[in-house]
Amino acid sequence: MTYIGTIIIGAGQAGLAMSRCLSDRGIRHVLLERGEIANSWSHERWDSLRLLTPNWQSRLPGFGYDGPDPDGFMSMPEIVGYLRDYARASDAPVEERTRVLSVTASAGGYEIQTNRGAWRCDTLVLASGACNLASVPALSAQVPPGIEQINALGYRNPGQLAPGGVLVVGASATGVQLAAEIRAAGHEVTLAAGEHIRVPRQYRGRDIQWWLEVTGVHATRTDEVDDLRRARGVPSLQLAGSHEQPFCDLGWLIAMGVEVTGRLGAIRDGVALFSGGLANHCALSDLKMNRLLDTIDAWAETCNLPGIGPAERFAPTPCPSAPRLTMPLGDGRIRTILWATGFRPDHSWLQLPVFDRKGALQHHEGRVAPGLYVLGLPFQRRRNSALLDGVGHDAAAIADDILFQRGRSAA
Amino acid sequence: MQQNVITKPVSNGVNTEALIGARGAFEQMPEAAAFTFRSTCDWNEGTNNTNTINGFFGLGENQERKQTFRIDSDHPEVFAAADRAPTPPEIVLAALASCLTGGVAAVAQHRGIQLHKMRAVVEGDLDVRGILGMDQEVRNGFSGIRVAFEIDADATPDEIRALVAQSQKRSAVFDILTNPTNVNVTVA
Repeated sequence: MTYIGTIIIGAGQAGLAMSRCLSDRGIRHVLLERGEIANSWSHERWDSLRLLTPNWQSRLPGFGYDGPDPDGFMSMPEIVGYLRDYARASDAPVEERTRVLSVTASAGGYEIQTNRGAWRCDTLVLASGACNLASVPALSAQVPPGIEQINALGYRNPGQLAPGGVLVVGASATGVQLAAEIRAAGHEVTLAAGEHIRVPRQYRGRDIQWWLEVTGVHATRTDEVDDLRRARGVPSLQLAGSHEQPFCDLGWLIAMGVEVTGRLGAIRDGVALFSGGLANHCALSDLKMNRLLDTIDAWAETCNLPGIGPAERFAPTPCPSAPRLTMPLGDGRIRTILWATGFRPDHSWLQLPVFDRKGALQHHEGRVAPGLYVLGLPFQRRRNSALLDGVGHDAAAIADDILFQRGRSAA
Repeated sequence: MQQNVITKPVSNGVNTEALIGARGAFEQMPEAAAFTFRSTCDWNEGTNNTNTINGFFGLGENQERKQTFRIDSDHPEVFAAADRAPTPPEIVLAALASCLTGGVAAVAQHRGIQLHKMRAVVEGDLDVRGILGMDQEVRNGFSGIRVAFEIDADATPDEIRALVAQSQKRSAVFDILTNPTNVNVTVA
């Protein structure tokens, strides 16, 4: 068994940011990585995906984008290259192809079994990702045989899909991007949309992510929201990493010929049943967007920024007046169901009593238990905790905490 | 993201503190949040019948009310009935209106918005060829339901729209009507 003071599980942006912050404080550590650096970005994302945040916002502790296209959006090979460059620049001590099999408590610290031997440490940081598993609803078990089911982790490109109709379930960034791509490839596409949030890619001549940053939305802390659990679960904004489309919302999809209907409520006797509540979900989305634009306008008013365009309000979502409520799944029209119903982390190897009754890791701003931290979860400490640009702030806070605890135990 | 400047306490007659307290209690004891509601319907004559509603299960035990409520139902004269009470589909529309209206009051209280007047008009379209078994293509139930709210409150039009949207989001009857529910009917 190898002993080291601090271990980080995962060498994606969270693990690498953590490693950099520990190195900056002189704390010896190692990163255990199941595959290679940026493994999820290399192996678990669809081909056309680009980051939803612009290159200039890809700031990590001690590292930033200095390429020719600061307003562009990184492709998957580009983000993998970016993180490898970061690991090299930080001299991160990564043990690649070291898959964690179990973590248990051991003599005031933690014992980690891997496929390449056992480790022991006093301090452990879980940075293994927020999107390891696709959250697929239980009603997927009712899908009749003969219909292919695929989730967003398994999807690569439309070439994978059987010819014919596709039902895309979910209308966050993933669902809208994939519905558009599959429709553009010539498939008949139906999108089942529950709660969703539309925003323009650009507003008043600036990227929406710039506005979210300067108005302080990204930096919102956990004690500034009244229902943290809800804030942690909000669907991702309907965005794509591209300036081509002003909106990637339901109206855009409808104009492309995608049939939009309500949330998938049940599958009964081989028939998909959809909610009749789409109009309210569209209304909620329009109201949320307009509140955000109000916040932006109010902020812009106080700053008198040069080069900012005029305030704008957009037409409401062109919600279909009578969206379909049922869809037979046995008539051959729909050949594939694509679940774009969210992701969750995989902590199945963590053999510690740190989960709530729904199986989610319990933590306060990343602190799980004495000597045990998590990093990179949605709204863990600030609203942008799970974004590339947000993880560094959380990593620095955890590194400070580790330093403080070490000082205490040494004293 | 908007904050109202509250000069005098808002009162819509909803005890939101108690509801927020209940949320905290159910967090600790989720089994207490499992309620079962019931209505008992006795046939009177023809299409006329009477529901009596009193007990329900909740907070881990059977709950009895101080009084028993009645809801009568019948069919109108155009269906050759005696028209002693509203039809069951009208009671469903009424349930939706009540649920959304109560929800708006609760959300307004929580958001510190004073209501002055509120009215909801609910309409449901129903092609009776469905229930008469005349056309397989026509469903028995409503083909569409519209709810029109008129609300006078100390709030902007968008804040009022947000109240109505949030009320739908948290409404039991809106959910019951817009989503499928498994219904099992047995005979003793």
